[in-house]
Amino acid sequence: MKDQHIKLPEGSIEKTTTTLNLGPTHPATHGVMQNILELDGERVVSTEQTIGYIHRAFEKLAERRPLYQITTLTDRLNYCSSPINNMGWHMTCEKLLGVKTPKRVDYLRVIIMELSRISDHLICNSIVGVDAGAYTGFLYVMQYRELIYEIYEEVCGARLTTNMGRIGGFERNFSDVAFQKIEKFLKEYPVVLKEFEDLFIRNRIFMDRTKYTGGISAERALNYGFTGPNLRAAGVDYDLRVHQPYSSYEDFKFNIPVGNTGDNYDRWLVRQREMWESLSIVEQAYRKVQDFKGKEADVYHADVPAYYLPEKADVYTKMEALIYHFKIVMGETDIPKGEVYHAVEGGNGELGFYLISDGGRTPYRLHFRRPCFVYYQAYEELIKGSMLSDAIMTMSSLNLIAGELDA
Amino acid sequence: MSLTSEYIQQRLQDKFGEQVGSFEQPYGMLTFEAPKEINLKVLNFLFDDPHLQFRFLTDLTAVHYPDQTGRELAVVYHLHNLSANVRLRFKVFTDIQTPDVYTASGLFSAANWMERETYDFFGVNFVGHPNLKRILNVDEMDYFPLRKEFPLEDQTRIDKDDAMFGRG
Repeated sequence: MKDQHIKLPEGSIEKTTTTLNLGPTHPATHGVMQNILELDGERVVSTEQTIGYIHRAFEKLAERRPLYQITTLTDRLNYCSSPINNMGWHMTCEKLLGVKTPKRVDYLRVIIMELSRISDHLICNSIVGVDAGAYTGFLYVMQYRELIYEIYEEVCGARLTTNMGRIGGFERNFSDVAFQKIEKFLKEYPVVLKEFEDLFIRNRIFMDRTKYTGGISAERALNYGFTGPNLRAAGVDYDLRVHQPYSSYEDFKFNIPVGNTGDNYDRWLVRQREMWESLSIVEQAYRKVQDFKGKEADVYHADVPAYYLPEKADVYTKMEALIYHFKIVMGETDIPKGEVYHAVEGGNGELGFYLISDGGRTPYRLHFRRPCFVYYQAYEELIKGSMLSDAIMTMSSLNLIAGELDA
Repeated sequence: MSLTSEYIQQRLQDKFGEQVGSFEQPYGMLTFEAPKEINLKVLNFLFDDPHLQFRFLTDLTAVHYPDQTGRELAVVYHLHNLSANVRLRFKVFTDIQTPDVYTASGLFSAANWMERETYDFFGVNFVGHPNLKRILNVDEMDYFPLRKEFPLEDQTRIDKDDAMFGRG
């Protein structure tokens, strides 16, 4: 082999396994993350995940920002359901400040949060379909995600990175168009969701691809810190909306779907079932909001003048309002000293905010408990010994969002 | 026996005596600290004790307090007893010259990446960790960016000339 021109790495001839780089930019990773797979034929022997490609130092940035400017950072965590992140953050601040929000605000938040959950699950479930070769469902449901985004747009003006709401409520009341769109969604979406479900749920090919792949036991899932649909698919009925109700979730009736094997099919089913439950919550919340009449129907925020921009007309005519306006815009409001952990049920699990304040204008330390960062480390255990194509399905059914992984 | 903060505190004090302390309840969550040498003993006790059963590691992170000499870094564990639905917060302080803390990754698989992240940003050396290397930052980085000695740009600085930004 003396005259060979190609220099192979040491030991590469004797090696019996193949190294495959999956990602960081690969159509199957659905985000910027890398998997270095060691393959024996088509079987996965081991894998090493590399993350951090879109790390943006949010925790550091947050240490120099007043509370309301951090909302825009939370948008960019799980960007498939950013309103949940926004509201989770606002609720954390409200917990620190001791703000009590009116019922109507809670219900409006619930509407938006459940719509986000639907759009989050919709993307994840349809992407699982795409990876199994079924593109139709994905394209079909896109128009209803679009409708959800139009509702966001009507409420806050933005679609993807929403920066929705303020500490204490919303920046303005929901418009009539927003309610019309919610009504339209409630009317049309069940039909579409049913049709989407029928495409997959008893589909022989889909079942063969997803059943018994990427499974995890409840015990291992808990040890790995799984939360959200992935944990419930393994059979643990832990849902923050029930266990630690926030934003008046205790006023709603809904079921928590659970699976039992924790495999890709169960995860898909749990998400699917959750969308139906979310739909029912949106409907209940919408009815409750409609019940507010007269003056009550104009309530869209709590009374927190130090954190809530006053009406423009008041700013020009009243001294108090002018002072608050100035202080808020310049970020000169001191926040109380304290240490608070608040978690909400995000699209893919428990999204926690650990906020430490030393009494300054900005957090002393802010840590995001990002659900998919915690459970992605189980990926190796999930796919060890399985086929490469199953590993791809497992990755998409875990609902990994690169923005949340890397913070 | 319901799992109240007082009961947890009592059980911990019965087991570890004076070593556990600083019991507080900020915003309703029981918070306490222990010396770093016994962090694994405390975690194991919380995990195994038939009455406590804190078996879910929600979060693990660190905080840097540059002014507290000898206790600059706090490693913070958030634990959850899912069946009783009780959370608690457990802190371990360490000095910054020898930031060695025993790893919890043998007890909780979830701690693996959380500890890597904590090492990455604060330089806490988790003794016994199977793969303690940077996770979000580049491997070549030679400092720990979330420590307080690396300030972000100061918004009040006066050497920034507005003319450079087309203003003033």
